Amino acid sequence: MRDGLDWRTARPGLAGLLGPPLAWFLLFFAVPIAVVWAYSFGTNVGVAGIEISGTFANYARALEPLYLRILAKSLAFAALATLICLLVGFPVALAISFAAPRLKAVLLVGIMLPFWTNLLIRTYALIALLRDEGLINQGLLWAFGWAGFEPLPMMNSNFAVMVGLVYVHLPFTVLPLYAALDRLDRSLLEASLDLGAGHLRTIWYVVLPLASAGIASAVLLTFIPVLGSYLAPDLLGGPDSQMIANVIERQFKRANDWPFGAALAFLLMYVTFIGIALQSAHRRRIDAE
Amino acid sequence: MAEIARSGWMELSQGRLSRRGLLAGLGVAAVGFTLEGCGREGGSRANATDKLNFYTWDTYIGENTLSSFAEATGIRVQTSYFATNDELFAKLKAGNPGYDVIVPTNEFVTRMRQADMLLPLDTAALPNLKNIAPEFLGQDYDPAPKHSVPYTWLVLGIGYRKSRVNGVPDSWKWLFDSDLYKGRIALNAESADLMRLGARYLGKSINGVDEATIKAVEEMLIRQKPNIKTFHEDNGQDLLLAGDVDLVLEPNGDIAQIALEDNDIGFVVPREGSLLNADTLAIPKGAPRPEQAHKFINYLLDAQAGKHIIETILYPTPNAAAKALMPASYANNPIIFPTGPGMEASEWGKYEGPEQARAFEEAFTRVRAA
Repeated sequence: MRDGLDWRTARPGLAGLLGPPLAWFLLFFAVPIAVVWAYSFGTNVGVAGIEISGTFANYARALEPLYLRILAKSLAFAALATLICLLVGFPVALAISFAAPRLKAVLLVGIMLPFWTNLLIRTYALIALLRDEGLINQGLLWAFGWAGFEPLPMMNSNFAVMVGLVYVHLPFTVLPLYAALDRLDRSLLEASLDLGAGHLRTIWYVVLPLASAGIASAVLLTFIPVLGSYLAPDLLGGPDSQMIANVIERQFKRANDWPFGAALAFLLMYVTFIGIALQSAHRRRIDAE
Repeated sequence: MAEIARSGWMELSQGRLSRRGLLAGLGVAAVGFTLEGCGREGGSRANATDKLNFYTWDTYIGENTLSSFAEATGIRVQTSYFATNDELFAKLKAGNPGYDVIVPTNEFVTRMRQADMLLPLDTAALPNLKNIAPEFLGQDYDPAPKHSVPYTWLVLGIGYRKSRVNGVPDSWKWLFDSDLYKGRIALNAESADLMRLGARYLGKSINGVDEATIKAVEEMLIRQKPNIKTFHEDNGQDLLLAGDVDLVLEPNGDIAQIALEDNDIGFVVPREGSLLNADTLAIPKGAPRPEQAHKFINYLLDAQAGKHIIETILYPTPNAAAKALMPASYANNPIIFPTGPGMEASEWGKYEGPEQARAFEEAFTRVRAA
């Protein structure tokens, strides 16, 4: 910073650099969110109007047991999906961080490749795999048809939803884990191995604690979008697979009850904020140690 | 329909999407995107008056309708798509962003009329209105002064796989109140349709369903839930065609499309009666080009143009003149034009206000959460 620009003295430079993104953020993020937040205190008037009446009725309704149960179920779904993502993603991230540099680049592109395809199309591709006459069942039928194989019912179930959620969100777990593991001081691992700890022991007592901040970000980055998923439950789920985001979506569309939908959405956002606060508290504790 | 079905990944999934399917799946499709006319602005003699913004359902017009219209009148039609009436409504609720012609369903005609969102039509500019069969005009959803003309109509019923059901499943019982077809039933995820048809099964009218009836239908559906495979979005016909389920709650038009490909598919309007709908053409308030909009609507009502549209989309038409030009395989098709006690007992749905919609929606949320 000695030779560089001091932002405290170079005000115009600061304003020039910070201004446009800040204005963008305010205009296209903060303002719309504020509008939706205001809606959550609103009342429907007639067919098309919303009056911001300052009522808490929408929140009261959102806190009814019906919706709390759906929220609790969604939290459980999201927790399970995040756990599976972690269990699957950790070895993958570890393997990538130990791969040769060229292979590493290829593997990272492989992790990000699915993002080049639209989420909807990836979900439909899963339908093609999972349905009763889908690729998996046809493959199994081809292999085991002689033994009287019956198609496995996989589609339209919570199982299919979980497959969809994990498949879609796995990169969100792998990338932060990889970032944390790649920065790891290898000499510590060597020391651990030299001093007689096995590989699993080294991972458990050395790698995991060192990567805990990365794991926390991976959990957050996976958990939050899973909690807000509605496509997977809609397209892959059965009659029992409704998640809170589906309910919110329907308030904005079919039910045309924007104030209630806004209250539900913000309820979800408050839950998320609490999650982030817990994570940063966790990180502070680690930093302090 | 055809265009979408042709693309590779759709064949892979063995699923094909109907006009409402693709965008409904997108969910986020509130971004109506414009397919035609992108980047053709500069070169042509296009100016503000010889184009038209048409906001409609996907795959819901004849293959050459828009180009023929452009040839006949010099008006270039730019199409954007919506997936649900709610999306259409939400988009226009905040003010018309420039659409000239829209395709709302009858109940939304009422709702948009009440919200003062539709321009009254100048019937003098629509001579082809005479082609529409009289039973489709002046219905409760839009009595004079007219704000809409019917474009297609629909009746909800049961689409089924003939070889997998006993006889004709001509009662809502088989969907709502029986475990005979356990795990082979898919119900439409539209709260209003389910609550109303459930009420109809319980012997009530589709309109004015009261709280006690909603409760009864809700309990019936919760009882029925273990027998239901899924609440489908607008892809019920694909589930039926792919063999995932054997009975679906769907409109006749969607089942007619798949019945062309698989003659094991049947459709019945249950004897208790069902819900009639019409998709209509209307001009939203604030339309920049109402004159061209009238020309376009009148063109779509023309017998030949109507025939071409039907040939592409295979939906039931209210256009008697166009129907008369169609071959018997369409005009006498029992799926497209069902007859029988179910049809006679069917009713047009009325728009009953946001309170009722909310009550339906909450009951359905309880069913799904149960």
